[in-house]
Amino acid sequence: MEEIRTGVYICHCGLNIAGVVDVEEVAKYAGQLPGVVVSREYRYMCSDPGQDLIKDDIKELGVNRVVVASCSPRMHEPTFRKAVEDGGLNPYLYEHANIREHCSWVHDDKELATNKAKDLVRAAVRRVCRHEPLVVREAPFTPSVLVIGGGIAGMQAALDIANGHQKVYLVERDPSIGGHMAQLDRTFPTLDCSECILTPKMSDVGHHPFIELHTYSEVEEVSGSIGSFKVKIRKKARYVDESKCVGCGDCEEKCPWKVPSEYEMGLAKRGVIYIPFAQAIPNVATIDGEHCVYLQKGKCRACEKACEAGAIDFEQKDEIIEVEVGAIIVATGYDQFDPAVISQYGYRRFDNVLTGLEFERLTCAAGPTEGKILLKDGREPESVALVHCVGSRDQNYHEYCSRVCCMYALKYAHLAKELTKADVYQFYIDMRCFGEGYEEFYNRLSEEGVNFIRGKVAKITDDAVTDEEKGKLVVVSEDTLLGKLIRVPVDMVILCSALQPRADAENVGKILNINRRADGFFLERHVKLDPVATPTDGIFIAGCCEAPRDIPDTVAQAEATAAKALSLISRGTVTLEAAISTVDESICHGCGRCEEVCPFSAPSIVSKNGVMVSEINEALCKGCGACAVICPTGAVTIKHFTQDEILAQVDALTEAR
Amino acid sequence: MEVLSPYKEATEVILEAGGEPLKLCYQCGLCTGTCPWNMVRSFLVRRIMHEAQLGAVDFGSEDVWTCVTCKACVDRCPRGVEIIDVMRALRRAVASLGIGVVPDALRISAKNIAGVGNPLGEPPERRNDWAKDLKVKDFAKGTEVLYFPCCVPSYDPGVKNVARSVAAIFDRLKIDYGLIGTEAKCCGEAIRKAGYEETFQSLAQNNIDLFTSNGVKTVVVSSPHCYHTFKAEYPELGGEFEVLHIAQYLASLIDKGKLKLSKELNKKVVYSDPCYLGRHNHIYDEPREILKAIPGLELLEFPDARENGLCCGGGGGRIWMDTPKGERFSDIRVEQAAEMGADIIAVACPYCVLNYTDSVLSMGKAETMQVKDIAELVAEAM
Ligand SMILES: Cc1cc2nc3c(=O)[nH]c(=O)nc-3n(C[C@H](O)[C@H](O)[C@H](O)COP(=O)(O)OP(=O)(O)OC[C@H]3O[C@@H](n4cnc5c(N)ncnc54)[C@H](O)[C@@H]3O)c2cc1C
Ligand code: SF4
Ligand code: SF4
Repeated sequence: MEEIRTGVYICHCGLNIAGVVDVEEVAKYAGQLPGVVVSREYRYMCSDPGQDLIKDDIKELGVNRVVVASCSPRMHEPTFRKAVEDGGLNPYLYEHANIREHCSWVHDDKELATNKAKDLVRAAVRRVCRHEPLVVREAPFTPSVLVIGGGIAGMQAALDIANGHQKVYLVERDPSIGGHMAQLDRTFPTLDCSECILTPKMSDVGHHPFIELHTYSEVEEVSGSIGSFKVKIRKKARYVDESKCVGCGDCEEKCPWKVPSEYEMGLAKRGVIYIPFAQAIPNVATIDGEHCVYLQKGKCRACEKACEAGAIDFEQKDEIIEVEVGAIIVATGYDQFDPAVISQYGYRRFDNVLTGLEFERLTCAAGPTEGKILLKDGREPESVALVHCVGSRDQNYHEYCSRVCCMYALKYAHLAKELTKADVYQFYIDMRCFGEGYEEFYNRLSEEGVNFIRGKVAKITDDAVTDEEKGKLVVVSEDTLLGKLIRVPVDMVILCSALQPRADAENVGKILNINRRADGFFLERHVKLDPVATPTDGIFIAGCCEAPRDIPDTVAQAEATAAKALSLISRGTVTLEAAISTVDESICHGCGRCEEVCPFSAPSIVSKNGVMVSEINEALCKGCGACAVICPTGAVTIKHFTQDEILAQVDALTEAR
Repeated sequence: MEVLSPYKEATEVILEAGGEPLKLCYQCGLCTGTCPWNMVRSFLVRRIMHEAQLGAVDFGSEDVWTCVTCKACVDRCPRGVEIIDVMRALRRAVASLGIGVVPDALRISAKNIAGVGNPLGEPPERRNDWAKDLKVKDFAKGTEVLYFPCCVPSYDPGVKNVARSVAAIFDRLKIDYGLIGTEAKCCGEAIRKAGYEETFQSLAQNNIDLFTSNGVKTVVVSSPHCYHTFKAEYPELGGEFEVLHIAQYLASLIDKGKLKLSKELNKKVVYSDPCYLGRHNHIYDEPREILKAIPGLELLEFPDARENGLCCGGGGGRIWMDTPKGERFSDIRVEQAAEMGADIIAVACPYCVLNYTDSVLSMGKAETMQVKDIAELVAEAM
């Protein structure tokens, strides 16, 4: 057996460690532990000269095991493994002791802290003797990307990747791509028409040779990990043969049944067979199976008769498509908060209390009123109130700021003034106009004569107390700038409703194994330094599924995720974890418990020489250890975390100094 | 509880009266923090802007008449709101529509101006009496310079010396100047700010016609208020002539070497920037250059000089209204000047002369402190 020659390095971390722990004393102590041939302390071990100490000792003193006692391994274990490797040793012949987070930062008593640091170092020294060299392997990276959600975020990410000539599978749940942006009329602060800037992109997505578009589809299952995710996509039956449908719309015209149109926010109706909007991509009809009278009751088939192309196919079944991708971009967007839960605002109780998206449809020339802002009775409003922060910045609903409402409220104020000459009252708490050209837009609206009233609206009532209030909706709030209660009678109220996580975000998170924050949006790996990655390698998040944001920020994020995916593809391989599980086939019973618990589907029970045993797919195993814990016979071991190693470490910690 | 409802008609009245800029106000409150009134009493400028936005102004409140139009707030407002225009619009609404109450003192001055062309209610024919013994010639076609002293030096015995000093300087330098006939009227700057737009229009028309028919090319004025309205407001009504404040005129003569000051004045002098010379018209250096040209004079500066200068309290028609003791800006200035050890407060505006003189007297500082217009100092130093 080789002689164990351990080098121990105690880091001061400036005064972070040395301010509490007597590092010299710890180094002296470590120097006399069995197997230790050199023990040093140094101000910053992670610095180049610090790392050089390790490399030099490996070369000059024949050190063949290394222990660094410093900060948390999260940041610098890779640094020191690399140094060990550069010194000519296998990087796994290294052990990290955390004497900062686990010691100096949490203790004030210098003597006790020094003693604890000694214990941690002793345990690491004991364990490092038992480390075996491990082989780091690379696996090929599947050069394709799954994008979930075909809003502006998903489309932008897909286009960027596809324009780099890499394959994209774009999965959209609705019959058409476009997302919320397709419902918007004009976009702040430039007021350019949303459709005009969106449709060319939609069309590019629809025709791109590198994009395989699956609409009316959902991701059902994802397994594997970065570099090779296996994805099952459910392509829901739309009862229309996409290849035959020419998008003429004859079917919808003939369909005798009408239901509220989701795209029009219920302000207009659509057929049960329908194309959601004129610019839909793909421009094909879809039968809404839930409402189809034929599918539900077995009678009708009016569409079939109307369709000259013969595209209707009532026999169509859901289809499962399986694809393999190297990375996944989640771009599932947001839902609009339903303000009906704030009963004092009277949404659904009063005809002329609307949400933002409803108002978008009113001002849109292609919308249900052909772009006219009209009250339910067909009159033009003479006065309009805009209510900010409905469901946002309110711990009863959502604590966060929805970021776009101040700006879209200004947009509506402008449109209301331009299209109707109505008096506009904007009830705000703070005006948050942070983006490029936003403050200027706010300034412009002031100039246009919008009445800004600072105060969160307390209620909207039709209970008139003066003649002027009769027949009006009265918006009641404090004018906090005057310290007076104010009642403003208006004809129409627009509630600037919060943007909230998708209703099915939890499920999507589960399928993808990504987490959500307390607010329900998907969690980024690091708010500041890794904002579009998730803690799961190879899965990225873009747009409003991560947090409410405007289109410019959404697009920037989408582009960032595309860049991340392309950079992985361009590297071509993924480094596989070396500390993975192995099975001692002589003890394994083939019970399959490991197969059940593994979140990465690495173990499978196979027959070897007629015996059922577990076999680990090394490319899938992440070394999480779930199998080792569950295995009733102790057949499974995680390399680098063997029973022997862990127990030696525990023993060292518990014995007298 | 008092409940507020936006009163659109009132907002419209204010907008029509020139209050349009109020739309821009985003209620930051910087104006309130800047306004000098808040050193002596509460005057929530921001709040007035918002009340005007909602048509919820209390037209009966004295706040409508408080602003001295010193422009401190306007220069700093982050939204560029012409706050003075809004204040003026509120006053117009009161003065012309009779919605609220015009303070008595202002009403009397306004009546005087409209009736006899000067706020003091003096007979028009005595406008040039201050120069009776000086043999100043009447302005005639071809006279180089018209000297227009302002109603205060023309009629007020205590301020007369300002005009007389100018005449003395001009005579010594043999400047070809004259006084216009007694048909001249108040320039109208302050009464306009006080909301009397019609009065202003008729005063301005009278003066413009008078100047034009007499072939006036250059007017030298003693008051920054005359300066401001001649320069910024008369041209819109057709009155085009070169306007110079006496400080500019004298400074340029000194600069050209035509005016030499030889008599020593071994005094500490602190200069107070008049709002309408400073902030309104950016004339800060000329008065100081003149003072520096007086041998022996030690020029002191207020800690808040130039752009930050404190108003004397006399702008916006406030000169005619009563400001209670304890709320007078000029008292603050006199106190500051005394602390600095100044012997003289130098000014360049007849309103400032009035207010500071009043403060010096009422504060019992007449023995140790004098108030002088720069023209007076120059005349003495020649
Ligand atoms: C009333 C209102 C007005 C606005 N006005 C403006 C404006 O003027 N200017 C501006 O910059 N921003 C505006 N915004 C914000 C703008 O809507 C968003 O920034 C933008 O739509 C976000 O795009 P997205 O792709 O992230 O999300 P979305 O537009 O929500 O798109 C997400 C897509 O994912 C699909 N999807 C969801 N879940 C799944 C799933 N599980 N599987 C497959 N597909 C799924 C959805 O069907 C949808 O197509 C406004 C927002 C509101 C509420
Ligand atoms: S400084 Fe300007 S914007 Fe701010 S409150 Fe005053 S007027 Fe309004
Ligand atoms: S102009 Fe002067 S007095 Fe008037 S509100 Fe502004 S700061 Fe106050």
